[in-house]
Amino acid sequence: MSVFILRRLLESGFVLVAMSLLVFFGVTVIGDPVRIFAAQECDQRCVAAIREQFGLDRPVWEQYAVFVGNALSGNLGKSFQFGLPALGVILGRAPATLELATAAVLLSVLVGVPLGMWAGLKPDALSSRAVMTLSTVAFSVPTFWIGLILIMVFALWLGWLPVVGRGQTVMVLGIEWSFLTLNGLKHLLLPAVTLSLFNIALVIRLTRAGMREVLFTDYVKFARAKGVHPLRILLTHVLKNIMIPVVTVLGLEFGGTVAFAVVTETIFSWPGMGKLLIDAIEVLDRPLIVAYLLLVVLLFVSVNLLVDILYSVLDPRVRLGGRSR
Amino acid sequence: MSVATARDAAAKPEPGTLRRVAREYLRSPGATIALVVLVLVVLAATAAPLLSPQDPYDLRQVDVMDNLQPPGSRSWGGMLFLLGTDGQGRDIYSAILYGLRTSLVVGVLSGVLALAFGTLIGLVAASRGGFADTLIMRLVDLQLSLPPILVALILLVLLGNGTDKIILALVVVQWAFFARTVRGVAMVENARDYMDAARGLKLSPLRLLFSHLLPNCMPVLIVVGTVQVASAISLEATLSFLGLGLPPTEPSLGLLIANGFRYMMSGNWWVSVFPGLALLVTIMAFNVVGDRLRDVLNPRLQP
Repeated sequence: MSVFILRRLLESGFVLVAMSLLVFFGVTVIGDPVRIFAAQECDQRCVAAIREQFGLDRPVWEQYAVFVGNALSGNLGKSFQFGLPALGVILGRAPATLELATAAVLLSVLVGVPLGMWAGLKPDALSSRAVMTLSTVAFSVPTFWIGLILIMVFALWLGWLPVVGRGQTVMVLGIEWSFLTLNGLKHLLLPAVTLSLFNIALVIRLTRAGMREVLFTDYVKFARAKGVHPLRILLTHVLKNIMIPVVTVLGLEFGGTVAFAVVTETIFSWPGMGKLLIDAIEVLDRPLIVAYLLLVVLLFVSVNLLVDILYSVLDPRVRLGGRSR
Repeated sequence: MSVATARDAAAKPEPGTLRRVAREYLRSPGATIALVVLVLVVLAATAAPLLSPQDPYDLRQVDVMDNLQPPGSRSWGGMLFLLGTDGQGRDIYSAILYGLRTSLVVGVLSGVLALAFGTLIGLVAASRGGFADTLIMRLVDLQLSLPPILVALILLVLLGNGTDKIILALVVVQWAFFARTVRGVAMVENARDYMDAARGLKLSPLRLLFSHLLPNCMPVLIVVGTVQVASAISLEATLSFLGLGLPPTEPSLGLLIANGFRYMMSGNWWVSVFPGLALLVTIMAFNVVGDRLRDVLNPRLQP
């Protein structure tokens, strides 16, 4: 157990080092770091100050150490647009993104699991085939285009839902949340649906495959022979077992969902980290870009690590399998 | 999954002849339609200058007076705008054909490059084994654990815009799929009798690799390649939509959709919707063809 966790920790550390190297080389070797961390109107003195701060006169490996040291202490420069520390600006926008991503993951479970169960229960029914075809389409459709179509239909033509922004928010624990007001929920619905489409298709397939497996196991047959109500079999015996892979994959997809939120947030002007990144790219606010990249990689690696450890606790076969690999 | 794919491909007695594969493929009407659509899409993109009523990027042929005309209207000169015009008076139908061209070139080129690079790496991993194999597979795991959009975003932010850069980013995102697949197949094939026989003949390692091992990896590679081209096209469109891919001088379908987004809010839906439909049809055709090829080439994978 501890060996498994240790190995995963090492691997995660390696990923972080690799990504920081990539970002570092991108920033300092490919681009000119002074230009990257300095504003346009930076004069000779300010350039010299930056040169010293990032230690650009020292050897490359030392520069990397300084870069990592700065990053670890949260010093990634000031955002040109806001004049505030880049990391703080990004973190201020994180709740909006996390809210959107969480809503999308919840939606994909609430929609995907029932549809997948139905498709697994009656694989030959016309409705099941329709569900599976739709999941194939959802895999193919570029998500951003679906977002546009949803805006067009539900916001512009039908006028049921608002087009952009977060709507009314409520302060809880010092952070603004949209999902606590009706107006906020209305704003949340379209972006969350757009972001969840891919995951819904994924969950449908996973659930259906799980159903095909679990329905023929001995314990389900036994429960049936005992005369347990079919609905009860489905909801307790079957559902619990198919949820394990679904939860794992969704956990692993969470980081991807946050990364993909860049697209959804841009379409719906949702004021999260992703929208911030795209705006920052447009005006070349480089400290903000670097801060976003490092933060999302960190989030991603942590989520993967957490899911792996949780899973190895829940299902011992994972760590055994992991060792024999 | 790929290891299972590999095992199944190898367990099959003989890779079918081309004709048998074709006959088997055409048994599914949906997949046949998809194949026809795919061929049409490729032809339309290739023959874009012949099929389109105007060159949408030749300023002499575009008249701003014709801007935002709804589908089916006619220009001042009497030319039919089948799918309407955009904000600069460009014919959307022509722009789609030209955009399709860019999208396909980027998607196919990055797919082929990733295939070549990934296959090479995968073959090295399988034939060397030991430390090289472990290192390569760890790298592949690492690459596959990161979401493609994130990796592509990082690369394009660092490298800047440009056709060559987006192709590079797409290759970086995709090579690992091919490497993992090829390595899985090659491991299985390596242990089989014909490889033993070839080794017994003391053939050179290069010849073993390229004329014995590689041909037997092809069926799986074709399947993975088809699906990867589809996802490359989709990813490129997404990145272009974000303003992060191709330069605006060669708009792909993604950029056309992004341009149309602005006009959609004022009710000019056609500028965005038609390029999107073209994109959807193209990606679906690739995916359906890929799925069907997988079924035909690996009969055991059929549900």
